[in-house]
Formats: sequence, C-alpha cells, structure tokens
Amino acid sequence: MVEAEARRLVPRALSLDNETVRAVVLQVATAAAIVAALYLLGTNAAHNMARQGIVSGFGFLSQEAGYDVGESWIAHSARSTYARTLVVGLLNTLYVSAVAIVLATVLGVLVGIARVSPNWLLRKVSAGYVEIFRNTPLLLQIVFWYTVMRQLPPPRRALQPIEGVFLSNRGFTHPVPTWDPAHGWMLAAAAIGIGAAIAYRRAARRHHERTGRRWPVLWPTAALVVGLPALAWLAGGSPIGLDVPRMRAFNFQGGTTHSPELVALLIALVAYIGAFIGEIVRFGIQAVGSGQREAARALGLRDGHALRLVVLPQALRIIVPPLTSQYLNLVKDSSLAVWIGYPDFVSVTNTAINQTGQAVEGIFLMMLVYLSISLSISLFMNWYNRRIGYRR
Amino acid sequence: MTGGLPMAAPAQRPPLDRVGALRWLRVNLFSGPLNTLLTLVTFGAIALVVPAVLRWAVVDAVWRSADPAVCRAAAGACWAVVAEKHRLMLFGLYPHAEHWRPVAATVLYVAAVALTCWPGSWRRIVLVPLWTVTVAVFLVLMLGGALGLSLVETREWGGLPLTVVVFTATVMMALPLGIILALGRRSRLPLIRTAAIGLIEIVRGVPLVTVLFCAAVVFPLFLPPGWDVDKLVRVLVAMGIFYGCYFAEVIRGGLQAIPKGQHEAAASLGLSYWQSTRKIVLPQALRVVIPGLMNHVISVFKNSTLVIVVGLFDMLYATTAAIADPLWIAFYTEGYLFVGAIYFLGCWAMSRYSQFIERRLARGRSY
Repeated sequence: MVEAEARRLVPRALSLDNETVRAVVLQVATAAAIVAALYLLGTNAAHNMARQGIVSGFGFLSQEAGYDVGESWIAHSARSTYARTLVVGLLNTLYVSAVAIVLATVLGVLVGIARVSPNWLLRKVSAGYVEIFRNTPLLLQIVFWYTVMRQLPPPRRALQPIEGVFLSNRGFTHPVPTWDPAHGWMLAAAAIGIGAAIAYRRAARRHHERTGRRWPVLWPTAALVVGLPALAWLAGGSPIGLDVPRMRAFNFQGGTTHSPELVALLIALVAYIGAFIGEIVRFGIQAVGSGQREAARALGLRDGHALRLVVLPQALRIIVPPLTSQYLNLVKDSSLAVWIGYPDFVSVTNTAINQTGQAVEGIFLMMLVYLSISLSISLFMNWYNRRIGYRR
Repeated sequence: MTGGLPMAAPAQRPPLDRVGALRWLRVNLFSGPLNTLLTLVTFGAIALVVPAVLRWAVVDAVWRSADPAVCRAAAGACWAVVAEKHRLMLFGLYPHAEHWRPVAATVLYVAAVALTCWPGSWRRIVLVPLWTVTVAVFLVLMLGGALGLSLVETREWGGLPLTVVVFTATVMMALPLGIILALGRRSRLPLIRTAAIGLIEIVRGVPLVTVLFCAAVVFPLFLPPGWDVDKLVRVLVAMGIFYGCYFAEVIRGGLQAIPKGQHEAAASLGLSYWQSTRKIVLPQALRVVIPGLMNHVISVFKNSTLVIVVGLFDMLYATTAAIADPLWIAFYTEGYLFVGAIYFLGCWAMSRYSQFIERRLARGRSY
C-alpha cells in the first residue's frame, strides 16, 4: 500500500521521469523495433526469393524428391515426395535418439555406481573414462568412430568377434530370429504379463497399506513379465530359427546390417552422453546423506530395501531434472549426423534445401520438429518428476 | 595427554593388516568377495589393455618419417603422420609462407588467457586494455592488410587460430547478451519479458546445427541485394546468440539467488534500476554463477567444432582433410588422437580452473 501511496505523490506528468510513461515508451520502442526488423527482413527475403525464382511456401513438399535415403523405416524411393522423405528423416532421428537414450542411461548408471564403489581401482578407471569422453568434442568422437567403421575390412575379410556377428566397412551385421507366428503370441503374452504385473503391484501396495504385511513383489513380477512370454514360446513349439548372415562377394546375405553411419553415431552419442549421465548419477547418490542409509539400517531394513526404499527415491529426485536436460542434449546432438551423412531429419532436410532452395521453409521445419521433440520430452520428464516427487 | 593414565599398559602395535599399505589394500580393493572379484576383473582388463596400448603408442611407434611405407612396415603407431601433416592440421589453408603469423597470434592469445586466469589481474584497469590490445593485435596478425602484412581473407583462416577465434568471439558476445536476456526475462515489463522468454526458449530447444545453417544459408536471403556479410562473422554472431541464451539461463539463476533485501536496500538509497543492477545486483549474481558459466564455456570450446558443418576450416576439419590423403589415411587414429589431445587439454584445464575458482569464491562466504 505504501508503494501505491508513494506513486500517487509522484507528479503524473507526461515526462520520462514518470515510471509508467517510461515503461510504455520502452515497450512500444521494443515492439516497434521487432516489427520493423521482421518487416524489413521479410520484404528483403520475398524480393531475393522472387529474383532467384523460388516460390515460397510449402508446396514443394508434395513434389517428387528425386533422391534416395539409405535407411528407412517406411517404404521409400527416389520417386517419393519431399514430405515422405522428411518423415523418413524424422523417424531416423527418433530411432537413433531412442536407442541412444536407453543405452546411454544404462551405461551412465553403471558408471555412476562405479564412481562411488568402495573399490579404488574401479573408481579410478570409471573416473578416467568420464574425464576423457566428457572433455573431447562430440563431433570429433563421431568423426573418429566413423573413420574407424569406414577403415574396417570389406565384407569378404570382415572381423568376426563372435560367430555370426560381423564388423566390416558395410557396418555391423548380426543374426536375427526368423519370424514365426509364435513370436506374435510372445509379444501378446508380454503385454498381458506387464499389465498383470502392474495390477498385481497395485494390489500388493493396497494390501500392504491395509494390513502392514508385504506380499512378495519381485518374483511374481518377474514371473509375469518373463515367464508368460516364455510359456507362449514353449506352447508355440519353441521356434529357434536364426537368420544367420553369410558372407557374399561384396555384401552379406541374411541377418540385419546397421550402417557404419548409424553405428558410429550411436557409439559416440552413448559414450559422450553416458559420461555426463554417470556424473549426474554419482552426484545423486552422494547427495543422499550417509545418515539416511544408517537410519534405514537402524530401522532394520536390509541393504536392498534400504537402497530401494530410502536411498533411490531420494537420489532420483535429484537425478531426474539434470537427466532430462541430458536427454534433450542427446536428441539435439543427434543432428550432428548430418556431417557423416546418416539420413536424420537435419540431413534429409538439408538435401531438400540444397535441391529446392527453400531454405527458410526447411530451417523452419527443422526448428519446429526439434522444438516439438524437446517439448514432448520435457513434458514427459516433468510428469515423471512430479510422480516421484514428495507427496504432500 | 602425553603421560596417559598412570596405570595404562604400553600401547600395542595394531595387527599388520590394519595399518599402512596392507590396510589400504584391504579397505580399497579386497573388502569383500564382490569387491575382490571386481578388483581382479578390472586389473585383468587393465593388464590386457595398457601394455598393448603402450607397445603400440611408444615402443613400436614410428616418430619421424616422410615415407608412409616405413609406418606401414612398423607394428606400432605412426606419429610421423602428425610430424608430416601438423601444419595443415594446425593452420588449415592459411598461406604456408605466412604461418609465423598464426603462431604469433596464438601464442599472444594463450599468454593473455594465462594472465586473465591469474586472480591478481581481475581489475578493470588490467583486463580491458589487455584484451583490447590482444584482440587488435590478433586480428592484425591474422587478417593483415596493414603494417606491411599481406591480406589473408577469413576464407583462408583455419586450424587452431580459427578455433580460438570462434571460441573467444562466442564467449565475448554471449556474456553481455546473456546478461541482457537474463535481466529481460526478469523484467516487470510484460512485452520485454515475453520477447526474452521467447528467444531463450526457442533457441534452447533447437540444435546448434540448425542455428548455424540459419546463419550460413538463410541469413543472406534476408539481406538487401548487394549486401554481403562475411560468413565467418555471420557464424560467430549465430554462435554468440545461441550461447547467449544458455548463459542467460545460468545468470538468471544467479539473479534469483540475490536476496530481495539487496534490491530494496539499493532502492531506498535512491539508486535507479540501472544503478542498482550494475553496482549491487550483477556483481553478486555473476560471482555466484561463475562455475555454472564455466560449464557452458567448456561446451563452447567443444562445440566450436560444429562450424565445420557450414564449411569453416577449423582444427577438426583441417585434421579430417589432412588424413584424407590416401597415403596416410591408414593412420587416422594418430591424427585424431593428436587433435583430440589438444581439445582435451583445453577442456580439462578449464574444468580444473573452474574448480579452483569455485573454491576461491566459496572462501569467506557463509550462504
């Protein structure tokens, strides 16, 4: 109220000494500057594009792209439209990001635990890994692994670290199970198993809250999630067909081959982001005071229970926000694929820009796609963060 | 307590495995069955890898030879590729006869950085002239066209000096921009706040590559016909804006950490918004955020490699080009290890320095 009174005492003259006038002037000036800049740039762009004979707008999306994309999750050829080609790139970005997020998280958690292990040797080795990979440019690592992949021997003399698994300058080739109707049943069984496991855990928690007694949780969950698909496999006649790749003159027949670009990108992303996640996990574990662990033990909780019920829930709250930003970094960093030619979204859009000259539209699409992905990950992780947060 | 209790028996030495090296081994390596197993596995891996790497990198290595055939005959690393190609790796396409200029410029730059790192130099009267002179001399040396030096256009710049230019210019632009954006985001004026939030969130949501494409490909479309801005300058401004938005978020954290009483005390002394911001709030806020900013400064150094995507010839691109020579391509590992080591040393030194600063700033502060 004092503030309002003071304001009344100030002369309400139309001068720059009046705070309200100053605020209005400043904002109007900012707005005018932004509008003027946009107008100027817009007219320049329209003029320049007209001069170069480029029709602005997204009409080019329905034209034939005329270039082939190496790897695709949907049917695609050089005859496909630009729209379809861009979708292929988007799916590749999502695929490489998803795989790298899972692998980097696993690696990071292992490294983080190793960093706080009571074992001196393990601690030092993991610290060395983190220092080296965190302090080297990601692009350098990508380029290095790509050169490694390209310099591998041709398929005829491919390295074979394990029977049926090949490393060559064509990429990483490994056997896949031949498709059998039983696999469909296994997928269905796994879905049912996961659903039943969730329902069982809910029931177990309600039982625990009502009676204070615990039902066993770990083994029934494991039995439902792993056991049901295994039963389906047995019931389906336990098919064990493997499509093992065989060497031909210039390439492999059978199995699945991942391109050198994809393998190099994945190795580099996982090693780089994994080092950062390792540090986050280490910090999260160390941030939970040792008093918490000792208190849990004093209450009679076993080590596993102390870790699961006392330490991890608190560590997770510290870990999740920085982990989210690492996931976002990973998705954005996957765009470095453009340098080694993995057909991710930036890469295929860049080709489209070079062919059509529609640079403004192309960059707009790139920004739109990454903003949407970033926003989705943020929303999901915020939801998860709220879920594991303190319940008030 | 030198005498102890009058009746105390003479102290006994602890058992041998509870003191000294044996105790250390017991606690740190063999405290239980799992720990022992981990030790043995890790040690086994080290014993397998380290001697092999040493034999490759040192014992069997070829250090100097103009002939790649010598390397191919040897079993070890071919450091000769670095000896042969180091000029291309370090200076890119810069005219060969003028290489003393990037060398002198880089040495001057490193000396200026070293001086700036010394806390005794943290005074306006030292830093402002130091960096004005350093930047001016650096540009004159690199660009030439004055003092009898031949003109070398930015198109021909490359290697380590270009990396230095990208890194330094980005940090120098991003810091003031970050401060302005952070203040803008906390402004009471809705329009300015919205504009700052919009820019920060959009830029932080997209990859650096797209921002660089914007600068290299799209921006010329927005210029009036006949205008031209040097590509290096365009890329530097783009990097500056990109990292300005990241710096802004760190600085905002520092601004939020300043107690409200500081603003109110400044206002009651009759200081205007800009006076209190410049003299009271920012000095305290920036002090708090130095470690956080250092993380992003390290990231600028690493991501300066991304300029190769728009065709600038930095150290990474120069190395890629150097080892693309079919005679030497087989020894790419040595080439990348060499530049990797330069990047690693830079980042590692910065992170160590950041820890030193953190300890120094924590001194004599209770909150």
